[in-house]
Amino acid sequence: MSVDRSTAGNAPDHAHRKRASRGAVYAVLAVIALVFIFPFYFMAIGAFQEDPTTSLSALAPRGGWTLENFTTINERLGLLRALVNSLVFTAGVLAGTLVFGLAAGYALARLRWRGRGALFVIMLGVQMVPFQLLMIPLYVQIAGNYGLGDTYAGMILPSLINTTAVFIFRQFFRSLPESIFEAARIDGASELRVLWSIAIPMVRPAIATVVLITFIGPWNEFLWPFLITKESSMQPLAVALANYINNVAGTVANPNGAILAGACTLAFPVVILFCLFQRYFTASDIGAGIKG
Amino acid sequence: MTTPSALAAPRARTSARDPWWRRLLGTQPLGLGMSLPYIVFLAVVMAYPLGYAVYISFFDYVFTAPGVHADHPFVGLSNYRAVLSDPRVLGSFANIAVFLVINVPLTVILSMVLASALNSLTRWTAAFRVAFYVPYVTASVSLIGVWMLMFSQDGLVNSILGPLAPDPSWLVNSHLAMPSIALFVTWKQLGFYVLLYLAALQNVPKELYESAQVDGAGAAKRFLHITVPGVRSTTLLVLILAIITGSNLFTEPYLLTNGGGPDGASASPVLLIYQKGIQQGNPDLASAIGVILVILVGLLSLISTRLTKED
Repeated sequence: MSVDRSTAGNAPDHAHRKRASRGAVYAVLAVIALVFIFPFYFMAIGAFQEDPTTSLSALAPRGGWTLENFTTINERLGLLRALVNSLVFTAGVLAGTLVFGLAAGYALARLRWRGRGALFVIMLGVQMVPFQLLMIPLYVQIAGNYGLGDTYAGMILPSLINTTAVFIFRQFFRSLPESIFEAARIDGASELRVLWSIAIPMVRPAIATVVLITFIGPWNEFLWPFLITKESSMQPLAVALANYINNVAGTVANPNGAILAGACTLAFPVVILFCLFQRYFTASDIGAGIKG
Repeated sequence: MTTPSALAAPRARTSARDPWWRRLLGTQPLGLGMSLPYIVFLAVVMAYPLGYAVYISFFDYVFTAPGVHADHPFVGLSNYRAVLSDPRVLGSFANIAVFLVINVPLTVILSMVLASALNSLTRWTAAFRVAFYVPYVTASVSLIGVWMLMFSQDGLVNSILGPLAPDPSWLVNSHLAMPSIALFVTWKQLGFYVLLYLAALQNVPKELYESAQVDGAGAAKRFLHITVPGVRSTTLLVLILAIITGSNLFTEPYLLTNGGGPDGASASPVLLIYQKGIQQGNPDLASAIGVILVILVGLLSLISTRLTKED
């Protein structure tokens, strides 16, 4: 690196340049942030327009506001039923991940038993196995052998326990000081009691993070529920909306409004949840989860 | 379990005086019990299907109704020969190559630059972070609905481009369909990778930047000589995750380009696994495609590891 003291030495000029360049960074980031946000604006505006078009003038509509699109999509795919299916699917995965994931994370982090090293290595490997290879045998097993097609159990089973969540729990449990656990054990607390009354209350931030990252999986998931549900009354919203986009939309005169209304209904619960709890959504936890 | 000293320091190893079950299971065998549901889950949902997928790729396998017996003769590599001589399968691997060539460099460069720009700021960072990761947390199906309207023949993008608009339009143009999907996925996933780099940047020592600045190194030089090497291990993680995401591609070609069109130009291997395995009832061929795909992903990950290794 060459030494150029003439610029670094000139302090006022340097501070001025620094401020100008910082302003430029803000401007560029703001433009890029708009690119990321824009489709959401487009989605929200169009969902409430009588006849959403893609012309530039439609981006700042003066009139034509309506709730008709939500009525239309509700008639087509039973919005409430689809939302209930999405919720049951998501709640099942969340419950499984929290109950079994906390127990496994605790056991991996704080208990000494034969096989925990092996389980940890297997978990690392599991993160690398792509779902597409498991898709066909899982479909044969769950829809065929177990007869769980078109059931919530069949929908939930492949993602019942989120491995990334187990990693995050393990990391958090490991970071707690051993002295707390020793004290509780000396007082005669059983291991389950230690987990429930001491360890779990101390990892509340981890639980918030895990709830957030686990929630988006089943709520947004398309491929697996698409395979396992043939009955439209069992389909989560993502699958019902995708089927509408793929099949029905072509036969309807102006499907845009209904598609955007459905897209809003699917997208905004998660978007709002994430804006509210964004401080719990930190990459260090997720990165730690993935890297182990 | 009775003396305080034994409780204060849990022993790593069992000794010969322990009962047989403790020697077999470790000092706190309850851990095994607490992990058992997860172990069963991994066995049922990962290990068994993984083995089964590899198994049926070597057999002539057809779906049967429950209770109906069918022969599944061993056919060796013939499923692999069949899929490797199928132009649609080879085309889908070529499509994924196009996807990765566009998606991976864009993802790595954009997320690294955005994260370091964000890291240099003190205000509005939470708002920017939210803006970047909102597409990541949103369902693909929702965003695909919007992109289809924006990139259709008379969509918003083409009305902005005017005479520069491609004909046929983005998603129905055999040269542009796959690049469009690659752009969509890059845009959708970028926020997650920005978060990963932001975390990594916390570990790059600030003094390095300060001393480089005193030495007169400009922003570009500091980025190239301090930031890029400083976040190398995250770059490897991003590379591998981007490759895995790309190889899992299904929803976008299925919905955005109407089942991998035009004329298979955006068909992905997973789309073919679905079509062959579930629609056409040939799980043996589908599994063979899956095995080949996983081997290719493994090779690409290995190459990424070599490329990002420190000299």
